[in-house]
Amino acid sequence: MTTPANLKYAKSHEWAKLEADGTVTVGITDHAQEALGDVVFLELPEAGRVVKAGQEVAVVESVKAASDIYAPISGEIIESNGIAVDAPESINADAYGTWLFKIKPSNIAELDGLLDAAGYDAVAND
Amino acid sequence: MDRLVRAPFPLLGQTMAQRTPLYDTHVAANGKMVDFAGWDMPIHYGSQLEEHHIVRKDAGMFDVSHMLGIDLVGADALPFLRHLLANDCAKLTVEGKALYSCMLQEDGGVIDDLIVYFLASERYRIVVNAGTADKDLAWMRQQITGFNAELTPRRDLAMIAVQGPNARERFWMAFPVARAKTVLLSPFQATEWVAGEGADLSEWLIARTGYTGEDGFEIAVPVDEAAGVWAALQAVGVVPCGLGARDTLRLEAGMNLYGQDMDERVNPLESGLTWTVDFKDAGRDFIGRKALEATPPKRTFVGLVLQDRGVLRAHQAVITAHGEGETTSGSFAPTLGLSVALARVPVGVQFGDTVQVKIRDKALNAKVVKPPFARNGKSLIQEK
Repeated sequence: MTTPANLKYAKSHEWAKLEADGTVTVGITDHAQEALGDVVFLELPEAGRVVKAGQEVAVVESVKAASDIYAPISGEIIESNGIAVDAPESINADAYGTWLFKIKPSNIAELDGLLDAAGYDAVAND
Repeated sequence: MDRLVRAPFPLLGQTMAQRTPLYDTHVAANGKMVDFAGWDMPIHYGSQLEEHHIVRKDAGMFDVSHMLGIDLVGADALPFLRHLLANDCAKLTVEGKALYSCMLQEDGGVIDDLIVYFLASERYRIVVNAGTADKDLAWMRQQITGFNAELTPRRDLAMIAVQGPNARERFWMAFPVARAKTVLLSPFQATEWVAGEGADLSEWLIARTGYTGEDGFEIAVPVDEAAGVWAALQAVGVVPCGLGARDTLRLEAGMNLYGQDMDERVNPLESGLTWTVDFKDAGRDFIGRKALEATPPKRTFVGLVLQDRGVLRAHQAVITAHGEGETTSGSFAPTLGLSVALARVPVGVQFGDTVQVKIRDKALNAKVVKPPFARNGKSLIQEK
């Protein structure tokens, strides 16, 4: 699967998308869902929580293991995806179409510190 | 998600991986290969969940060639087994019958769990776990001194488990020549073709056993025939399944996994395996007996069904009215659509109790039940 060019990526396998309203939507990459296998449970952050880049904010559990999800940038959680919580397998079906939470960034410049698609592919295939 | 909080198997990543005779077959079928107990094994071929469901509903097959068959032959074979094992092989009176047992240390700690097949008078096949095979063989060779019997490891054999409600029928479609000898096998019974017997099935052993809670066969064949057997089974609709599905199937079936649910540090009486320890013959001095008789169990082994949302995993703390315990295996249970665990908890905890399991920063409610959770295609949880 091609890594979308319009997204930014953390080395820890999250994708981040800058929306038109200045918020950032976060999910996990296709490489991540592939490594995890069948996803069966999501624990997502409450709206209002203030997070720092690199901080553990969510958990994705597959049949075989639990994995921490980190905030790719700092800011305030403004929404979590309740539909994904009810259908965690949608992450396996469409990792880039299934967002987990939205952040209102406190410093939008942090996005520049993330990887582009080619940079992430290099990390994922390492 | 750079950090896997918990690896799926306790023996993951041990040494340089060995390969079974079916390694190339797995790779060609896009098996996702992982190191399990020192062996390069497929964890799944695409979806662990689908592989789980196919075994509950139809027929799947597993490469279990990493496990070791050991032949035991000699006039003292039975007396040796009655000394070596906690279960009593004197119960094996019908040819082909199998017995599950623990092999214990003097202090009662579990060296391994295994299956003994009674092939014929003075002749047995013992099947042990992969990760413990070398240790087991060394221990057996140490204990066999003074007995007139000989141990022969059979790495020249591959093993394939065909499991599911349609497993036997599909197996007979692929190997009609084997039907006559296997159609009358009762559960936990095996039949063999000795060397040179039958044009095609020389040295085959077919047992109506498994590790999934479903009907089926476990088949041992010479290694050079393994890929052909696998392909023949696949051609009649038996679906290749990985160790991931094997783990969720055995957990639902309430079957212990060595190295996870028990090991040298615990005895079978605290591992839900009291039914496998045979004290009846007071004159039978099996290894570990004295220690088991001297130490009444302080902990009991139970099943947990998570009532809240989440996934139980091994090594989570279990808070009970009688003190703290620990989960030993835990997973999402695909047949049930919720999470279950096996747990070692203080004596006093009763089936039907509600306990709390610590998962990260939360304490989630779980109901204490008697395993198994699911067998023969059905959840058993509703009735509990």
